[in-house]
Amino acid sequence: MSAQEPLLRVEDLRVEFSTEDGIVHAVDGISYEVQRGRTLGIVGESGSGKTVASLTTLGLTRTQGARVSGQILFEGRDLVALSDAELRAIRGNDIAMVFQDPLSSLHPFFKVGVQLIEAVRAHQDVSKQLARARAIELLGLVGIPDPSRRVDDYPHEFSGGMRQRAMIAMALANEPKLLIADEPTTALDVTVQAQILELMEQLQRELGMAIVIITHDLGVVAGLADDIAVMYAGRIVETTSAELLFSKPQHPYTWGLLKSIPRLEGSRDEALVPISGAPPSLINPPSGCHFHPRCPYAQPDHARIDPRLEPVPDEPDHHVACLLEADVRRRIWGELRAGRTPEEAMAVVGLPEARP
Amino acid sequence: MSRYIIRRLLWGVVLLIIVLALLFVMFRVLPTADPAKLRAGRLQSPKIIAEIRHNLGLDKSLLAQFWVYVKNLFLHFDLGYSYYSNAPVKELIFNRLPATLSLVLGGAIVWVVTGVGVGIVSARRAGSRLDRASMGTALVLVSAPEYWLGLIALYVFASDIGQVRIFPGAGSYIGLASDPVKWFESLILPWLVVASGTAAIYARLIRGSLIETMGEDYIRTARAKGLSERRVVLRHGLRSAINPIVTVLGLDIGVLLGSSVLVETVFNIPGIGRLNYVAITHADFPIVQGTVLVAALFIIVANIIVDIAYAFRDPRVRYS
Repeated sequence: MSAQEPLLRVEDLRVEFSTEDGIVHAVDGISYEVQRGRTLGIVGESGSGKTVASLTTLGLTRTQGARVSGQILFEGRDLVALSDAELRAIRGNDIAMVFQDPLSSLHPFFKVGVQLIEAVRAHQDVSKQLARARAIELLGLVGIPDPSRRVDDYPHEFSGGMRQRAMIAMALANEPKLLIADEPTTALDVTVQAQILELMEQLQRELGMAIVIITHDLGVVAGLADDIAVMYAGRIVETTSAELLFSKPQHPYTWGLLKSIPRLEGSRDEALVPISGAPPSLINPPSGCHFHPRCPYAQPDHARIDPRLEPVPDEPDHHVACLLEADVRRRIWGELRAGRTPEEAMAVVGLPEARP
Repeated sequence: MSRYIIRRLLWGVVLLIIVLALLFVMFRVLPTADPAKLRAGRLQSPKIIAEIRHNLGLDKSLLAQFWVYVKNLFLHFDLGYSYYSNAPVKELIFNRLPATLSLVLGGAIVWVVTGVGVGIVSARRAGSRLDRASMGTALVLVSAPEYWLGLIALYVFASDIGQVRIFPGAGSYIGLASDPVKWFESLILPWLVVASGTAAIYARLIRGSLIETMGEDYIRTARAKGLSERRVVLRHGLRSAINPIVTVLGLDIGVLLGSSVLVETVFNIPGIGRLNYVAITHADFPIVQGTVLVAALFIIVANIIVDIAYAFRDPRVRYS
């Protein structure tokens, strides 16, 4: 951790929604930091609370009747405590957001340029002509060819990749200090995905903004993120630098994510190891460790004890919430990486197979 | 686009001829009374009736009569003459048009403004007491027949027979050109009555459509830009939510222009509806034919305008 005050510091954030079936604990006490100019990847399955957490940063869950507690400190100001008007002055200005599906996220009835001009003029007192010039400049910046002509196109006249570029251009309109990208490449073709990620990296270098990128795909954050937080059932279960997460992952859920990615360089006989089961209910989460019903290494008392996010011994910037011994975890990962199945790994390590 | 419009207009003409033909047959197959006998009055000798019949062209075959009518209509824009008063139908209709247009267009402004306004407020506070009260009232207004509402309105508010005498009552209509202030006053009650049912439908339409639109991803984008909630709702939300209204507005105006009979009769407004009503009681076929033709024309033109407006409103729609 640097001594410098982080750009964004989230402290024990909880977000709950009341529904007819009960209270949904969408985000269940998460903490993380984003330094200026750095990139944090938040990784997790659908329903792990990663999107809700980021929408809450911008106050966008307020209209849905969310109950928010904890702190979201942006440059020292607590966004949770701000009024709607104060928050609006930050939205799209200091913090901007890019969403998953660019087609449904752009208004179908307004020209791309009009939507960009609106974003500029929401926070800058400039004439329409100036804002339009800025819109064309932004479209050029994100790599739209012939921007002075395309500025008058409607979103449906853009290709999928161009739409996401336009969304990014809109987010950059006021040169934000923090860009939150929620699954920015999920709706796109694989070749276009790489272009968009490259564009975000390039823009970060040029503009020096911090990025929080939210994805279910570890492959997306592999090249982009400096730090990674893995979320499961509304909590962060593991967080560390990208290098450590890929080289020395500590949480069984992270192992599952890593082993679910098909690899070209490995042996073709090496089986993918899917994570069995489905994400848990956020209304009645499992007792003890929320991951224990799906964890191949779970021991009987894991259904009772709720693990806390704690530093990994000898790795000060690496935190994990797992009840297994750190040493046992290291050995299991060693076996898994060597291509053994979870059962074989447990036998080697000497962990009793005692699934509750 | 222009090819599309031309094709729609040609189809409109075909449709008008079909409407005319149907009306011709209906009126002859189901005679309420013999126009010649009605016109003869007390001089009911067979010779006179035969003469009248000949003069009106009623002794020719139905097909021949229809041919003459259509020919006069398209070549001379001639709608024939009233059996009853001999006045040219075209002139009668043109004289009555301003009153009907005043009633319907003014009513349309009232129902759009109140319907959309109430719909927005209800949508933004869905489930609140205000929302439930508005939607309850809307349900009552949709169910209430216009003539009944008209009579109630007269009974409560009319300056002659009302309990609270604040608005001019039936038969007080004055043309816009002669006295704009009195014109406005005389139309307040008719406007409210003619607008009530449609305003209620529009309020429910806008409410449902806006609630749905506010859940769209592009509304979240608009909020994420830092726009005010007012701008998010009125510009981004309403722009999409108002589409169903645009579709029905043209049709509603078109239909009402041709069928404002009840309100015009209750309030004794000298419009096309009332002209038609009186003509039916006199078996004055040319007037009925003329008014129905104008009504059909309004509806067909409104339909075409709605479709074209839709293409302009939603850039994704392109006709060919």
